[in-house]
Amino acid sequence: MTRKPISETSEWTFELIEEYHTEIERIAGNFGLSTYPVQLEIITTEQMMDAYSSVGMPVGYSHWTFGKEFVNTEKNYKRGQMGLAYEIVINSDPCIAYLMEENSMPMQALVIAHAAYGHNSFFKNNYLFTTWTSADSIIDYLLFAKEYILNCEQRHGEEAVENILDSCHALKNFGVDRYKRPPTLSMQEEQNRQKEREEYLQSQINELWKTIPARQSNTDADQPQHYPDEPQENILYFIEKNAPLLEPWQREIVRIVRKISQYFYPQRQTQVMNEGWATFWHYTILNKLYDEGLCNDGFMIEFLQSHTNVVQQPGFDSPYYSGINPYALGFNMMSDIRRICEHPTDEDREWFPEIAGSNWLETMDFAMRNFKDESFIGQYLSPKVIRDFKLFAITDDDKKRQIEVSAIHNTSGYQSVRKTLSEQYNLGSIEPNIQVYDVDLKGDRTLTLRHTQFQRRPLDKSAHEVLKHAARLWGFNVILESVDDKGRITRTYESKSSSF
Amino acid sequence: MTQIVDRRLNGKNKSAVNRQKFLRRFRQQIKKSIENVIAERSVTDLDKGEKISIPRKDTNEPFFHHGKGGHREVVNPGNKEFQAGDKIPRPEGGAGQGGSEASDSGEGTDDFVFELSREEFLQFFFEDLELPNLVKTKLSTINETKKVRAGHTSEGIPANINIVRSLTGAMGRRIALRAPYKKELKQKQAELDDLLKRHNNTDQIIIDLMDRIEFLKKKIQKVPFIDSFDLRYDNRIDEPKPTTQAVMFCIMDVSGSMGREEKDISKRFFMLLYLFLTRTYEKIQVVFISHHTIASEVDEETFFYSRETGGTVVSSALKLMSSIVQERYPTDDWNIYAAQASDGDNWHNDSSICKKILNEKIMPFVQYFAYIEITADRHQNLWEEYTDIKSDWDNFAMKRIEKIPDIYPVFRKLFKKRNT
Repeated sequence: MTRKPISETSEWTFELIEEYHTEIERIAGNFGLSTYPVQLEIITTEQMMDAYSSVGMPVGYSHWTFGKEFVNTEKNYKRGQMGLAYEIVINSDPCIAYLMEENSMPMQALVIAHAAYGHNSFFKNNYLFTTWTSADSIIDYLLFAKEYILNCEQRHGEEAVENILDSCHALKNFGVDRYKRPPTLSMQEEQNRQKEREEYLQSQINELWKTIPARQSNTDADQPQHYPDEPQENILYFIEKNAPLLEPWQREIVRIVRKISQYFYPQRQTQVMNEGWATFWHYTILNKLYDEGLCNDGFMIEFLQSHTNVVQQPGFDSPYYSGINPYALGFNMMSDIRRICEHPTDEDREWFPEIAGSNWLETMDFAMRNFKDESFIGQYLSPKVIRDFKLFAITDDDKKRQIEVSAIHNTSGYQSVRKTLSEQYNLGSIEPNIQVYDVDLKGDRTLTLRHTQFQRRPLDKSAHEVLKHAARLWGFNVILESVDDKGRITRTYESKSSSF
Repeated sequence: MTQIVDRRLNGKNKSAVNRQKFLRRFRQQIKKSIENVIAERSVTDLDKGEKISIPRKDTNEPFFHHGKGGHREVVNPGNKEFQAGDKIPRPEGGAGQGGSEASDSGEGTDDFVFELSREEFLQFFFEDLELPNLVKTKLSTINETKKVRAGHTSEGIPANINIVRSLTGAMGRRIALRAPYKKELKQKQAELDDLLKRHNNTDQIIIDLMDRIEFLKKKIQKVPFIDSFDLRYDNRIDEPKPTTQAVMFCIMDVSGSMGREEKDISKRFFMLLYLFLTRTYEKIQVVFISHHTIASEVDEETFFYSRETGGTVVSSALKLMSSIVQERYPTDDWNIYAAQASDGDNWHNDSSICKKILNEKIMPFVQYFAYIEITADRHQNLWEEYTDIKSDWDNFAMKRIEKIPDIYPVFRKLFKKRNT
């Protein structure tokens, strides 16, 4: 049965958005997508750029880096370099999706399907998000952070606050717990607890230095004692709890940056999956809309043109190449899983015996819920996608004069390419492994960080700069030791507390 | 359930705070960039924003990440001819990372470029000059209007009540409203007087008449002394400030001793005067006179960039200015301003001639004459002669300048006059 298209022109109105949304919601429901309630917000271009520059959040504390981002975004927008249908969606409950007023109706429908249903269901169901983020309280927390930092600026001066924020930002990727679930955030509790925490923490810090264990016996004294007992991966957390000289408000700011960084941690680990999932669903839903006769050919052509742009993957030698496009890889992998379920080939049966021929909705739902980029690629990257992308792996060893092609898209290379690409999305190996190693409790309180090298990769020279920030927060000297796979210290960076 | 919210109207300019913070953070770099810009800009070209570029390395925020080197494996798409085991020379700028890292090496080409608005540009321009705030706001607002009287209205605020007008109106109204009763009253009164001669005052006719008179008197009294209808208010309307035309003379010594730096200072000096004039006058013409031993009227390009050698005769420029004024700018129609910049060096006998020309042919006709001497050496004879002029003429200002902040005091009186 075919019905009348909802709209004939590309102009949008509130009524049309509502009609399209109703249909998209129905179709998404039929496919079994489980989502938070949706809140669609119409905003202007300027507001969109604003949201872009403050890492996609509707409220945020103010800092010059967001001003810089805004200036950048604005410039790119004016030059017309941003080809994307602007979409921003917030992992909150209700899920807020922004629609830009300048977009045409097909683009609005695309964004609704992509963001309000694709991303939304991912946020609600993927294990990383359900474990690590609290969608119901993030907006409240950001509001608390904004007010708190504004307050600090008034009490302690903008420059003092800016200094602390700069230093925290430099370390924000090292302000996350990777294995321990953080407690939920809430504005109310935060405010209630904040004061308490301030006083308590301060007393703890002083306590720490007072209770340096006295020498109990001579045998003990010979053993070098480490504080902390075990290396700590969350550097900002360690600083917040242990830096002797920070004022209570400074600790709170460290905490805010750390908490927000933690909130974004799952997003950094699921880029391919998240975008792939959302792109797959906007494609599937809008095609369904077309099949039912709810939109006309013009609508589809505009949509497909935009869709094609988004999932384009230039080759490594193209001037437009800037790494693997997560939209392209994600969309192709998601579509491929559906293909394997519905129309498996012999190769698929050999590689994916457990999903070939299974129910595609259930299989994809399982994949969406239980993986992150690294494991998702490791599990589901099929030989067909490797061939379609013509993926090849390069081994680059600085001990050799030339780089080597280690695997290409052929039978002997599939496994190796898949393993290498999966590793490429492993945050644990992308980011240097740096942990808090020791504090010189008995001496000058120097903080020692330890970088455990991964495949002999050195730190970038900017490490010196970052270390200055670490020293500013710690208040005393900070040393960074780079250790190779045999446990030898190959390089030491040092920063005095007064570097700034 | 699903909500559609129209947010377009709220939260405009949310990023303004962040932008301010960004500008403040990179003040030094922006100022440096502005300095270059000013050197390239025309004196009269101050009413637009500016493209600013600052080194990208300054705006980068550091974070721990891997540098080049070590052992790594990378997957790329788009293989065409490679086979497993192929050896390839290492491409420059980050192996296998595509072009993304290559840009770091190209210094200068990778600046962070953005636009300053006109207001922001002026803010930075003013910063060096150390202008007082009042002057700053005065200079950066564009449309100034003046309240002028425009007759009277029947509506307004109590403070603007015009008493004379209101009472005149009230009186007129009273006369008009009372007239018919007064007329009848007069007539009845005469009638009564007449009847009283023949009748007793207890007669019905007399009583009726007296009732009528009484009634009329009450009617007359009931007309109010003043009514809201009578009130008149002074009316004031916004009128664009009366505009007139002005001509600005820029006189500069271009002899060999004036270097690039001195010229840069002079340029800001001229710019400031120009900016002041744009606030006061709608139509401004700028005349550039450069001189060494002889003076000539030149275009702006030549004015700032040409360099001549030889001695200095300041009076030649003053003479030229005076003749241009007589020829082209009759003082009835034009307000004349002049700004002169020099290193103070002058041919010895010439300085007294300068004084004479200024006293007789220039100072009586100009609104303001500002002179700056850009030198770190001791004053020369021109300075001494000019000091005399300063004591004679109120509209003459002079100052020795070593740094840019010294410029503003020259104009202080000029701005003060307009502020009051």
